[in-house]
Amino acid sequence: MALGIAPEGRLDLAGIGDALAQPFVLQDALFTLALAGSATLITVVCGLPVAYVFARFEFRGRSLARALATVPFVLPTVVVASAFVALLGPRSPINQLLTSGFGLDRPPIQLAGTVWAVLLASVFYNLAVVLRLVGGLWSHLDPQTEEAARVLGASGWRAFREVTWPLLRPAVASAASIVFLFNVTSFGLVLLLGSAGTTTLEVEIYRQTAELLDLRTAAALSILQMGGVLALLLAYARAQERLSVVQRLRPASETARRPRTARERTLVFGVLGALGLFLGLPLAVLVERSFAGSGGYGLDAYTGLFTLSSRGGLFVPPVEAIQNSLVFGVVTLGLATSLGLLAAVAIASRRGWLSRAFDALVMLPLGTSAVTVGFGFIVALDEPPLDLRTSPLLIPIAHSLIAMPFVLRVLVPVIRSIDPRLREAAAVLGAAPSRVWREVDLPVIRRAVLVGGAFAFAVSLGEFGATVFVARPDTPTIPVAVARLLGLPGGGPFGQAMAMSTVLMLLTALALLGVERFRGSAPQPF
Amino acid sequence: MTVRSGRALVLDGVGVRFDGHAALDGVDLAFDDTEIVALLGPSGSGKTTLLRVVAGLQAPTVGRVLLDGRDLAEVPVHRRGVGLMFQDFALFPHRDVGGNVAFGLRMQGVGATEVETRVAEVLELVGLAGTERRAVSTLSGGEQQRVALARALAPRPRVLMLDEPMGSLDRVLRERLPLELRRIFEGLGVTVLYVTHDQDEALAVADRTVLLRDGRVEADASSEALWSEPPTAFAARFLGLRNVAAGRVVSGRTITPWAEMDGVAGAADGPDRGVTVVLRSGSVTLSATGRIRGTVTARRFQGDHVAIQVQVPGATVPLEIEARGAPLPRAGEDVGVAIDPRGVLLLPPED
Repeated sequence: MALGIAPEGRLDLAGIGDALAQPFVLQDALFTLALAGSATLITVVCGLPVAYVFARFEFRGRSLARALATVPFVLPTVVVASAFVALLGPRSPINQLLTSGFGLDRPPIQLAGTVWAVLLASVFYNLAVVLRLVGGLWSHLDPQTEEAARVLGASGWRAFREVTWPLLRPAVASAASIVFLFNVTSFGLVLLLGSAGTTTLEVEIYRQTAELLDLRTAAALSILQMGGVLALLLAYARAQERLSVVQRLRPASETARRPRTARERTLVFGVLGALGLFLGLPLAVLVERSFAGSGGYGLDAYTGLFTLSSRGGLFVPPVEAIQNSLVFGVVTLGLATSLGLLAAVAIASRRGWLSRAFDALVMLPLGTSAVTVGFGFIVALDEPPLDLRTSPLLIPIAHSLIAMPFVLRVLVPVIRSIDPRLREAAAVLGAAPSRVWREVDLPVIRRAVLVGGAFAFAVSLGEFGATVFVARPDTPTIPVAVARLLGLPGGGPFGQAMAMSTVLMLLTALALLGVERFRGSAPQPF
Repeated sequence: MTVRSGRALVLDGVGVRFDGHAALDGVDLAFDDTEIVALLGPSGSGKTTLLRVVAGLQAPTVGRVLLDGRDLAEVPVHRRGVGLMFQDFALFPHRDVGGNVAFGLRMQGVGATEVETRVAEVLELVGLAGTERRAVSTLSGGEQQRVALARALAPRPRVLMLDEPMGSLDRVLRERLPLELRRIFEGLGVTVLYVTHDQDEALAVADRTVLLRDGRVEADASSEALWSEPPTAFAARFLGLRNVAAGRVVSGRTITPWAEMDGVAGAADGPDRGVTVVLRSGSVTLSATGRIRGTVTARRFQGDHVAIQVQVPGATVPLEIEARGAPLPRAGEDVGVAIDPRGVLLLPPED
């Protein structure tokens, strides 16, 4: 990125100022904040009742429902974007139903390409964060504190406001900052669902680099973006610190109960029904569209994946993108887990500021937008000794960088959780230091390594923002291919985009099933 | 101190400092081949640090540790051949009972069949025969303790050390297990160091008790001697004696806060001096005809007896009396108390 600031080899700070003074920058920045802010607000407001129902009520299939509700969060952005294009576009089955049912001459829902589609998709994507973080804490809050308030004369609402809400607030703040962060750095959704009128900083960085070839402006925007993200991360860290308010947490199993009154049952079924509809419908429509051909349902879109589209955009048959994605995924898995393991051991084995600083440094890619990472890669690795720009290895390297925080989030707590006295016990029983590592640490973290690896694989499969920068036209990944296909006019490529998205959804689901299988009691990265 | 030959384990002037605070301070101790020794003391007195120094988990700031005359300074933890049973046991959660017990033998490179035999043998010794394949997470506290003991014993350590082995067990086990441990230790024929903060446990398990206080050796004697003749006021209090107070010896008479008396051993000889007066358990009784009069200020039910606190007019500290049977005086009642001079112990004054 330094190259963008110093085009002729000398630092040109004035260039940043000039670049940022362009009128569209302020407009983009304000639009980014407004979009992210409103999406976050809607997500939190919609997420709270869901978190409440999952935290306080016991019902059949609760853990399955919770797992399903988390699925959107781990779906690749192109899948979510495709699903909403399918749901909200002119070809949506809902539109077809309405058109034929009411004899309309044009589809009533025309949201694709508008800011509303982006908003809806953001909420769809991030609801799980609120459910996980807020619901997670809520389910461990002692209901007796609220009951105590009730006994002391507080109404149900008052008890919530005066007792539960203050205890919950840190988790809400933490969830809100994470969702906001994801919204600010969200790229694929805005690029694929929005239009020229909905340009965020992320999309602008991409446009400046890929379309206008103005690296200096792109670099200046990246710096602006990183500054903002850093500020957000600090806010998040503070929220996290406040989250660790000392309070007596109860096992979740003790705080939930079956809904008793009719009102409670209505609440539970209503919230679950709305959630199921909101999360299920887009994905169902996506799959439905992938089978819908011009003359009824069929596998046309899938067989079309094996042929090279004549209308450009893609230089290889789409099926090659699947193959590329799998290969890159496996290489990323190897790279991210081996590097992640080394880093995690280093981070976990020492405490104090050095470890924290390193921790933060490796976590930075999580906060930095994928677009910035991709942009950084193409400007940094384009000359000897590291001329990797044309190497196919560039994609898994970028993916590993992005997957690394996930791997570390899984590994570091597990390594830290190993009771140091177990190592001492092994040493006293005659195990040399390397043997101690093999006999005590390794068996405990082996599972976590598998989980981290599966996460890295899933991240690699779905990564879009950075890949779109570094992928060469003849080696697209599935998300890149989907984006290209969605950009093409006509029903054929649209069907193929839906089919590819469905394939990607299935592959991601398989990787995450692997995570669940290995996970056991290992922690999730979030 | 000079190192006596023939001693299995010797600590020579051992000191450990953490951030300017002395966890151990000039500790000289020597232990025989087959001695069973309790390291007794309140928390923070340095008991655990002492075990960690011997195990090599903590390097002494000064001093030496010798095992069979060999300085252990350069010997890393895993080559010391000592056994340590951790507080809370530190069992390996990812291995079953057999895997835990076999660990030390595997580290020694012992063959598979021999490992199997030895594991069965030690599990039998601790009363858990046949539990090899059980997951440690399914064990009760008492069973975990036995597995931890078996794991420490299996490689036949030269010195066996136990850090508060009863720490997390319930009362019933705490009362029954010391005798069983004692039986196991006697059959081993190795030096056993047993850390505890419970004087009853120390007396039940060990032949010799070393009392630690602020990182120093406060008392070191056979368990019976320590009990009958605690050498310091701190030791007397720590062993559970309630009536410990400052007094004086004047012309052979002993002046306690509660009464003056004759016939106390050691009072007649020597000059007038300040002393610490210790009343042994059982030497103070309620007696209608007792010379000492006082008022009952509190009663505490203790299971097999009732502790009655009596305030003697003019005394700075109340007397505490173990009373049995009925009827017992109520709070506020005036009572007579007798002290048997034969049960009075005179110790040097406290600093």
